[in-house]
Amino acid sequence: MTATRPSTRSDVDRPARPSPLRRLLPGAPATTGPRGSTLLRHLAGAVLAGALVVLLTNQLPPYQNLQVARVCAFLCVTAGYTVLVGLNGQLSLGHGALMATGAYTVALVQRGFDERGVQGRWILPLSLLAAVAATALAGLVIGLAAARLRGPYLAGVTLAVATLVPAVSTIFTGVFNGEQGLRFPAETPPAFLGAYFQPERWLAWIALLAALLTVLLLANLVRSRFGRSLRAVRDDEVAARLAGIHVARTQVLAFVVSAGCAGLGGGVYAVLTATVAPGKFPLELSLFLLMAIVIGGLGSLTGAVWGAVLLVALQDLPSLLTETFSLSGGLAQRLEGNLALAVFGLILIVVMLAAPGGLHGAVRTVAARLRARRRAPEH
Amino acid sequence: MRPTTRRILAAATGLALLAAVPACADDEKQAAENVPGVTDTEIVIGTHQPLTGPAAPGYSKISAATKAYFEHINSKGGVNGRKIVYKVMDDGYNPANTENVVRKLVLDDKVFALLGGLGTPTHTNVLEFVKTQKVPDLFVSSGSRNWNQPDKYPTTFGWQPDYTVEGKILATWVKQQFPGAKVCHFGQNDDFGRDSLAGVEKVLGPVAAKQTYTTTNQQVGPAIGALKAAGCQVVISASIPGFTALAMGQAAGQGFRAQWVVSNVGADYTTLSNQLGDKKVILEGMVADNYLPMVGDTANPWIQEYTKIHQKYNAANPIDGNAIYGYSMAYTFVQALLAAGKDPTREKLVEAVQKGGFRGPGLTPFRYSDDVHAGYSGVRLNKVQNGAQAYFGPTYTTDDGDAAVTEFTEPPTTPPADAIPTT
Repeated sequence: MTATRPSTRSDVDRPARPSPLRRLLPGAPATTGPRGSTLLRHLAGAVLAGALVVLLTNQLPPYQNLQVARVCAFLCVTAGYTVLVGLNGQLSLGHGALMATGAYTVALVQRGFDERGVQGRWILPLSLLAAVAATALAGLVIGLAAARLRGPYLAGVTLAVATLVPAVSTIFTGVFNGEQGLRFPAETPPAFLGAYFQPERWLAWIALLAALLTVLLLANLVRSRFGRSLRAVRDDEVAARLAGIHVARTQVLAFVVSAGCAGLGGGVYAVLTATVAPGKFPLELSLFLLMAIVIGGLGSLTGAVWGAVLLVALQDLPSLLTETFSLSGGLAQRLEGNLALAVFGLILIVVMLAAPGGLHGAVRTVAARLRARRRAPEH
Repeated sequence: MRPTTRRILAAATGLALLAAVPACADDEKQAAENVPGVTDTEIVIGTHQPLTGPAAPGYSKISAATKAYFEHINSKGGVNGRKIVYKVMDDGYNPANTENVVRKLVLDDKVFALLGGLGTPTHTNVLEFVKTQKVPDLFVSSGSRNWNQPDKYPTTFGWQPDYTVEGKILATWVKQQFPGAKVCHFGQNDDFGRDSLAGVEKVLGPVAAKQTYTTTNQQVGPAIGALKAAGCQVVISASIPGFTALAMGQAAGQGFRAQWVVSNVGADYTTLSNQLGDKKVILEGMVADNYLPMVGDTANPWIQEYTKIHQKYNAANPIDGNAIYGYSMAYTFVQALLAAGKDPTREKLVEAVQKGGFRGPGLTPFRYSDDVHAGYSGVRLNKVQNGAQAYFGPTYTTDDGDAAVTEFTEPPTTPPADAIPTT
C-alpha cells in the first residue's frame, strides 16, 4: 500500500480494526494449490460421506436413524449460519425464526396440495424448494437491514425477529393455527423399497441428501471468489471496498444464502415429524444454534457438523440422565427444563477457554501436532 | 482428473452401490417379532405428561396417580400375570417435545401402547406418527374431538367427555338459569377452546363476546378487560387450571363480577385454591362440571377405594380431582387390557376398546363403538360453596352432533373389591 502520510507507531502496531469475532476464527484457509477441480473433489467427498451415512442408517434401529436425520436437518442450518457469522462476521440471532419460516412454508405448501387431493412424490422436493425460496426472500429483507447495521444493533434486530415467531403464529391463527401448529401428511418410503422398509431410514436419507447438497454448495462457495469477498468484508470493510468489493451487496448476499440454508433445514426438520408448531422454534433455539457453531468452530463447515451433532445430543440428554439415575421427582422436574441450557453453557465456556477455535480447531491442532511428531526424527 | 481424485470417486461409487442394497431382511424380521412391549411377565406402556411448564400445576399429579394404581394392581399379581410398567416422559406441554418423547417411547422403548397422553396441542401433533406405527393410543387426556376420528386415526381413543359435549351441557344449564343474560366465552387458542365454543354456540347461538389466551403468554388482562367491557354476565371458560386461576384472579382485580362456568379440565378446586393462595375466596360460586366422583364426597365407595391406594402408594401428593382422574383412567385401561384377552396384541386391544361396555367410576357410559372413539357421554354440574366443590342437579348426556341434551338417570356403579376389575 502506498501511504502518503508517515504512519505513526500506533498505526503500525494495531492491525486494521479487527472484528471482535476474530479470536474465534480459524486462520486463512489452506491454499488448495493446483490439485484438480475443487468441485470434483468436494463432490467425491460428499458422495463418500453420503455412502458412509447410508451404510450406517442401514444398520441403525429406528430411533437412532431419526437422530441421524435430525443431525442432518440441523447441519443444513449450522452450515449456512457459520458461513454468515464466521466468514462474513455478521451476527444474527434470528436463525431459529428463519428455520420456522422454512418449516411453515413446507407445511402450508403440503397442506395446500393435500386439501386439493393432489398427491405425488414431487410435492416434497417442491415444498422444500419453496421453503428455500421463501426464507431466502426473508433473508433478503433482513439482510438489507443488516447491511446498514453493525454489531449489537444487528444482533438486536435479528433477536427481535426470533421472538416474533410465536406472536405471528398466534395472531394469524387462521393461517398458522396458533400454538397447536399445522399438521401435514407424513412422508412415507416409496413402495419399491419394500413393505418393511423403515420409515425413519427414509427420513434420514431425505435429510442426508439435503445436508450433503447444502454442504457441497457451501464448500464450493467458500472457496470461490465470493468466499474470498466474504472474508475480506469481515476483516476490513474499507480495505474490501478499496479492493473493488461491493460491501453491502456481499453482506446481503451472505444473508440470503445463509437464510436459504436455514429454510431448507427448517423444512426438513418439519418433514421429520410432519408437523410445525411455534414451540419447535423458541428463542432458545436461535441461541442454541449460535452456541453450537461457536463450540463447533466458527467459520468451518466441519465445525458445523460438530454443532449439529451437539444440538441433537443435548435434546435427548435430560431424559437420558433422569432415566439412568433415578432422581427424586422434584430434582428431575427441575432438570428437565433447564439441563440442556446449563450443559450447553458449560461446554461453551470450557471450549472458549481451552480451544478458542472450537472443537474443529482443537481436533486440527491435535492432528497437526501428532503429524509433526511423527515427521520429526528422534533426537 | 488426477489419479487420487479418480480413486476417491471410484471408491465412493462402489460404496454407494453397496449401500443401495436395502437392508430389508432385518426389518422384516423385526416386524414379525413378538408384540412390542409384552413379555410373559410385563407389559410396558408409556405416556407424555407436563411435569414442567405451564400445564404442570395440577396435571403433573395425574400420572403420579396412574402409576400408583398400577403399583396397586402389580402388588395383586398384575393383569393376567403380567406387571404393568408405566413410563412417564415430560414434554413440558410443548408440542415439539411431545413429538420427541413419543417417538422415543415407541421406537426406542418399544411400548405396547400409549396411555393418557396429555393435552390437546401436544397430542394432536403425534397423531400421524401414532397412526403410521399402529400403536394403540388409548384415553388421550383431553376432550378434543380429534381423537374421535376412527377412519383417520383408527388406534386413537378419547376418554373424557369431549369439549363440545361439555359445552352443550354447560350452555344448556346457563340458558335455564340465566335466561336473556349476556353470555361470553373465554378459551384456549386451540381445539380445546374452539370445540368448547362450538358446543356452547350450538345451544345458545352466537355468544356476546369471545376471547382467547395462549399458554405461552401469561398476560390475560386485556382479554378479561374486553369481556368486562362487553358487559358479560356469564363467562363460560375453556381453560387449563393455571389460566382459570389467572383469568378469575384478573377479573377479581378489575372488579369484573360475572358468573364463571368452567370446563372440568380447569376447574379442580384443590388445584385452583393452591394456585390462588389467600385469594381462593374468589372461587366461591364458581360452577363447573365433572363426570367422576368428587374428591370431597368421602361417602362415595370409589373415593374410599382410591383414597386407600393413594395413602399407600402416592401419599406425597394431595388427593384431588387430578388424582381421581388418574386412578379412574388407569382403572379403565385395566378393563380394556383384560378385555383384550390372555395374549394381548395391539389389534386385540383396539378391538376390545371399540367393543366398549366398560362401566367404572364415571357417572355416564362411554360412547365407544366401531365408528365412535369418543369417551364419556356426559357430565354433571358442580358448584364451589364454603370452600368445597359438590355436585348438584341431574346428570346429562349428549353427543358432539345435534343430539339433544338429556337427563341420565341410571345410578352410579360401585367398585369391585380393591377397585380391581375382574372382567
